Amino acid sequence: MIQLEEIHKSFGDTHVLRGVSLSIERGEVVCIIGPSGSGKSTLLRCVNYLEQPEKGRILIDGQNVYRDVVGGKIKNYPMRQITATRQKVGMVFQQFNLFPHLSALQNVMEAPVQVKRMKRADAEHKARSLLADVGLADKADQYPEELSGGQQQRVAIARALAMEPDVMLFDEATSALDPELVGEVLEIMRQLAVEGMTMVVVTHEMGFARQVADRVIFMDHGMIVEEGPPQAIFETPREERTRDFLRLVQAA
Amino acid sequence: MERPVFDWELARESWPALFEGLKLTVELTFIVIAISLVLGVFVALARLSKHRSLRIVTGAYVDFMRATPLLLQLIYLYFVLPAFGIRLEPFIAAVVGLSLNYSAYLSEVYRSGIQAIPRGQLDAAAALGMSPALSMRRIVLPQAIRIVIPTLGNYFVALFKDTSLASALTLRELLFSGQIIITRTYDYFTIYTMVLFMYFLVGYPSLVFVRYLEKRARSGYRRRRPTRTPVPVQPT
Repeated sequence: MIQLEEIHKSFGDTHVLRGVSLSIERGEVVCIIGPSGSGKSTLLRCVNYLEQPEKGRILIDGQNVYRDVVGGKIKNYPMRQITATRQKVGMVFQQFNLFPHLSALQNVMEAPVQVKRMKRADAEHKARSLLADVGLADKADQYPEELSGGQQQRVAIARALAMEPDVMLFDEATSALDPELVGEVLEIMRQLAVEGMTMVVVTHEMGFARQVADRVIFMDHGMIVEEGPPQAIFETPREERTRDFLRLVQAA
Repeated sequence: MERPVFDWELARESWPALFEGLKLTVELTFIVIAISLVLGVFVALARLSKHRSLRIVTGAYVDFMRATPLLLQLIYLYFVLPAFGIRLEPFIAAVVGLSLNYSAYLSEVYRSGIQAIPRGQLDAAAALGMSPALSMRRIVLPQAIRIVIPTLGNYFVALFKDTSLASALTLRELLFSGQIIITRTYDYFTIYTMVLFMYFLVGYPSLVFVRYLEKRARSGYRRRRPTRTPVPVQPT
């Protein structure tokens, strides 16, 4: 469904992604793990083009979706086409990034109404049902700053789901949460996986990766070091660097 | 030299004319507020535009307005433009001059507000499929404007006082209305004291209101009224 081919991305002099290729099947749950600075978040942000790589192709269902090479030069597609693709790719951020000036309900309704031109009544109905799905039916009228981190992140998940995406990207969705609030967010993510959502999850939660992922990718220094089923990565990692990393996180 | 004495009789006589002047001052202030509130947003957006030429033109405009005296800008509009066949009424010249000047300043205020919105807000909007224009209108501007409301308020108090510069264009706002009476009576003390007092009469409450806005701006986003918690049923 999603293919990244030979992605290169630099920030200044730092070569963050050094030719990463990745393919994700429909319905698959892929967890990307690795030390901080390994490029996993940047890779994820390439999928919805929040980061524009210097080199490489981003394909969805076999098609270039954001740009093409014309006469040897990369040319972005028109903004309308880029936004159309992004509507199909939901994303959840480490810092939630809820819109602070909108209530939980309005956060979830905003994109369906403004982007998809859905009728307000329909959008509200859908938003309420999504908020109920993440256990926040009674928080609909509250503003983000009145909610706990875990509640905010659940609203953010509902907001992304309101666009009915084909795939959901999670960028360290639990890293900014107090430890006691991590579980409620992971539980929602696990449910989504069970329901068959295609998911790409950048995470430090090894337990989640082990239980929920179909495939685990270990990244380091802007490259994919090793990938495979969680069993293989966690029990019998082939690469030295994978073993070192797992030893470090599991010691913690 | 004789000590000046406040002439109550003159004060009573002059009040209606001065009050007319105050009304014009307030009217001028509100018209310029309305224009520069809107124009300032567009100038700010142009300065943040992806089109280089638009950024350069608006940047030059803002710098020019900020680097030259407002009084001279007004004088130029009223006394120099007629040489080029553009003759403006004092009131129109004052509205145009003050609006151009304040739009430049307010655009800087808006720009700082827009730039204060965290990158994550833009990321979230983009990830939902919003175009840059839509996310500016629905996500960034509403938050940015809220941040800058107290600053805007302070500029409007300043504007209220700056309208007195239009007296140089023979516009009969509050200050010039006073000056007209003075040319007849030579009673600087009584008239200027009244004019001062009348500016204060409007300026001070405005200042208090701006302070209230500043206090409110710090309180964050919350529901206006807390939802009433259901009263638990008392066991009998």
